[in-house]
Order: sequence, then C-alpha cells, then structure tokens
Amino acid sequence: MSAPHVDIHRIARLARLELSPEEETRFGAELGNVLDYIKLLEEVDVRTVEPMAHAVPLSNVTRPDAVRPSLSHAEALNQAPSQSNGLFIVPRIVE
Amino acid sequence: MPNRLTVCDLSQLLSRRELSAREATQACLDAIRQRDPLVRAFLHVDEAGALAQADAADAARRRGKSAETHPLLGVPLAIKDVIAVRNQPLTCGSRILAQYIAPYDATVTTALRRAGAVFLGRLNMDEFAMGSSTENSAFGPTRNPWDTTRIPGGSSGGSAAAVAADECSAALGSDTGGSVRLPAAFCGVVGLKPTYGRVSRYGLVAYASSLDQVGLLTKTVQDAALLLETVAGHDPLDSTSVPQPVPPYVAGLDQSVAGLRVGLPREYFVQGGLDPEVRHSVEQAIAQLESLGVKPVEVSLPHTRYALATYYLIAPAEASANLARFDGVRYGLRIDGADPIEMYARTRGAGFGTEVKRRIILGTYALSSGYYDAYYLRAQKVRTLIRQDFLDAFKEVDAVLTPTAPTPPFKLGERLADPLQMYLSDVFTISCNLAGICGLSLPCGFTASPKLPIGMQLLGPPFGEETLLRLGHAFEQSTDWHRHRPPPRTGT
Repeated sequence: MSAPHVDIHRIARLARLELSPEEETRFGAELGNVLDYIKLLEEVDVRTVEPMAHAVPLSNVTRPDAVRPSLSHAEALNQAPSQSNGLFIVPRIVE
Repeated sequence: MPNRLTVCDLSQLLSRRELSAREATQACLDAIRQRDPLVRAFLHVDEAGALAQADAADAARRRGKSAETHPLLGVPLAIKDVIAVRNQPLTCGSRILAQYIAPYDATVTTALRRAGAVFLGRLNMDEFAMGSSTENSAFGPTRNPWDTTRIPGGSSGGSAAAVAADECSAALGSDTGGSVRLPAAFCGVVGLKPTYGRVSRYGLVAYASSLDQVGLLTKTVQDAALLLETVAGHDPLDSTSVPQPVPPYVAGLDQSVAGLRVGLPREYFVQGGLDPEVRHSVEQAIAQLESLGVKPVEVSLPHTRYALATYYLIAPAEASANLARFDGVRYGLRIDGADPIEMYARTRGAGFGTEVKRRIILGTYALSSGYYDAYYLRAQKVRTLIRQDFLDAFKEVDAVLTPTAPTPPFKLGERLADPLQMYLSDVFTISCNLAGICGLSLPCGFTASPKLPIGMQLLGPPFGEETLLRLGHAFEQSTDWHRHRPPPRTGT
C-alpha cells in the first residue's frame, strides 16, 4: 500500500464533486501526505484480526413493519430547491 | 448573574422561586448580546422563542410542575447546529444548508423539551463536525473566551465557548473523534462523550455514523450527570442505541472513589509533543486523585500510535457515504447543471468547504475499487485491536486517565495550512470513539502566561459513565479549576 499518484480528477468525479484546478492540485499534494502517514498501518499484523464495523454488539435490529405518522407530503417538499405538482423537479435525465 | 450558575444551582433557585425562568433566560440573552460579537459562539439566537419558552416554564411551575418531574424546567441551554430542533435553522456550519430549517426534533431535543429546557439558539461548529478548531465553519470561526486570538477547539467550539463565556447554562455538542472533549479542554469546561449507543443519534446530522455520539458541555461534572440522565436511553428511531437501563448518574456522584484504580497509559505520556505545562497539570491531577484514595496504575494501550491513521480512513470513508445525500434535489443549496450529474457536482462543489471536500476525496479514494482492502478494511481490523487494548486495560483498572489534548489552545490560523498538524490535536481523544467507549474531559489547570485552560481526560469501559462521573466529581469537589472564569472581555 505505497501511496500511489492519486488521480484526484477521477476521485472527484466518483464523489460528484466539482473542484477547481487549484483545489485539484492542492488536494493531490495533501492527500499524498495523508496517505504517506497512513502507511503506518502497514506495520500492524492483521492477518488473524476480524474487521470491526461498529462498536455495539447489536445486529439485525428490527421493528414492527407498521404504518406510523411521519413528515407530511407538504413538509417533505417545502424546502426543495424546485418543486411542482407535489414532485421534486430535477434536470432532464432522459432525452 | 444567573447566566453564570450551574444547571443544578439554577434549577434550585428556580424551584425556590427566587428567580424566574424569564430572568435566567434574559440573563443569558444579555450575555450573548454583550460577549458574542467577539466570541461568536452562536450562529442563530432565537430571542423571542427562548423568552416564550421561559414564560411557558414559569407558567408551568405556577401550575405545579416541579423539578422532580421536569429537572430542567426553565433552564436555558444551547444546541450545536448539527442537532435538529424543529423550526430552527440546521446549517451544520455549511453553506450547503445555509437556509435549511429542521422539520423535526432530534430525540435528544425531545428529551430536553420534556425536561422543561429553554433553547436559546444554534451554536457554531466546524462544517459537518469536521475539524478541531471551529475554523472550518462556513460562517466564520468562534474565538476562545480565554484569549480571543486563539481557537476554542472543535468541532463543538461554539458549544464550549458559549458555556465558558456564560452565554448559556450548558450546551449539547457531538463527538466523533474528540469534538466535545477537545473544545471542553480548550475552553475550561466539562465535556462528556457517552458510550456509543448510550444516547440516540436520531436527528444528529451524520458525519461518521459508527463513531458519532451526542455529547454534553457543562460547567460541572454534576451538570453533565444530570443532562446525561435526561438524554440517555434506548430509542427505537436509532437502531444503534442500546436498550440498557439508565442509572441515576446524579445520585451516584457522591460515592467514595477510594480504592478505584486509574490506568495511566504509558503510550500517552511518552509520545513527543506533550506540552510541559499540560504534562505538569495532569501529573498534579493524578497526585490529587491519589490523595483521595485513587490508585494510579501504569497500563499499556499498544496500538495507540495507529489510532489517528485508523480514524482518518474510517471517518472520511463513512463521511463520503453520508454526505452523498447533499445533492441539491430535495433540500439545501442547488446549483443548476445541464444534467443531474452536473447539478450534483456543481452544487457540492459550491456548497462544501475545503475540509469537507478534502475528507470526501480521502474517503472516496479509500473506498474505491482496488484500494478498499488496503485502506478501509485494514483500518477496520486495526480498529478491532484498538478496542481490544482498552477492553484488556479495563480488566485491570476502573478508568484510564490521559491529557485531553497534547497542547493548550493554539492561535487562529496556526494550523490551517497543514491538515495533518490539525489532525494531531485529536491524538488523545480519537481512540475513545474507535473503541466505542466513554470519555470525560474536565479542567485540571492553566498555563501560566497567557492563562489558558488545560483539560484531563478520563476514559471508561462501555457504559462506564457512572465511574467517570464519580471520579470527575470527586476531583472537582477537591479542586477549584472549574470555578475559574475567562476575563470578561479580551481584545476587540
């Protein structure tokens, strides 16, 4: 896990995040430094260690599948940047 | 000056009707008006709403409601701007939510309301709780009330500064890697991060979901115990909250601490970069506890040096997923584009600040195809070892004691240019979140000149809050560090 050259442009596209050319340059250098630091973890022998996703020994917590009150349609919509006819309006997706 | 009172003292005065909730609330509003133009702890003050709630509390008391059933009746609190209070702004310190109004109450908000609390307003923070100085707020930094050329710590810097400057009785914050304990230490107040699962996260805007926990910032340990008793407990709306009974934390405070064993992890005291004055204060605190009958024991947490690297993979990875919801479709900022993809990218590019972008990039990279095993999966395995270190230590000791931060609060701007340097502020607090245990920071001294607060940290096993609070309370009763107040006005 040597810190490779990071293609910031590609990562930003994956993250749906527009960056200025200056930001791409800056984050590229900084990410390199952080990844160099993170290389420290290579020292640890983790071959027999289970990964930990979570601190609480709970799994598959379920609740009754019952209808209960929630935000009203109007409340859910009233902070939308654009809405019409009870729907969120977004740029055209298919021609 | 009722704004200077602890929650417990204020509550008694209110109960005895020596003071009204309106007077207490007005005193806080006056303090905000006087001090906050400089400190800038608040992003939004709901003056009319707070006074209306105070009047309602006074009326309820006249009708017979009491502190027995409503322990916070008429007590003015303030909330970090990452926890939802219905019909109040919820910006998370971000431009992307600059106009957003919370449509519902967080579960902790509901609990405080039921207890009778008055909400003064919204407290500044690092954007989406990412930072250690509150300089990452899109709305400008908060300043440390002890020295306004310095940062208050982060990310709950507004919460800690507001409590330290007596602009509220107590505050809520959130702690993902030290975001309650670090600012508490830097501002000379008490900060409690409960065990993961102890307090509901419903209505807390997510940063790193496996690490986030609502925390408390108070003037005394007793206040922290009272607030924890109010907000802790299982919540069906947060499936990671744990169905475990909430003990009477306040009632347990006065039990003797004699015979308790406190571990001193050698890795925390030998690491370079521990400021000599911080070391001295913490050593004095250990001696003080020893005089109360506490037994200090050296322990080892061998994976300590890997905690920061582990955190800076896991937290950004989770953040990159959590923050995907901010896309300009349903709420928040939108910058239009030719197609949805362009709209998402532009909205997020314009709406997020530098540190949030940095972490989204790091997290997306760590989770991306080809790097997942090397970075994220490895970090999750090291996390297991870090937790095991603590569980092993807690077989020998009742709590672990460390400095909260390696240095006193630093100057505004000092660490902005170097992200790694900023991340190192959290080196002593981060393991607690990775391990999912509880932590308490409390004042234990000051630097000589300038006079800046120093905090010590007590760490406890999962659901070990009672012991931490008991130790902290005993220490507080035998010292007066928590009574020191910042100068009324510093700088301009």
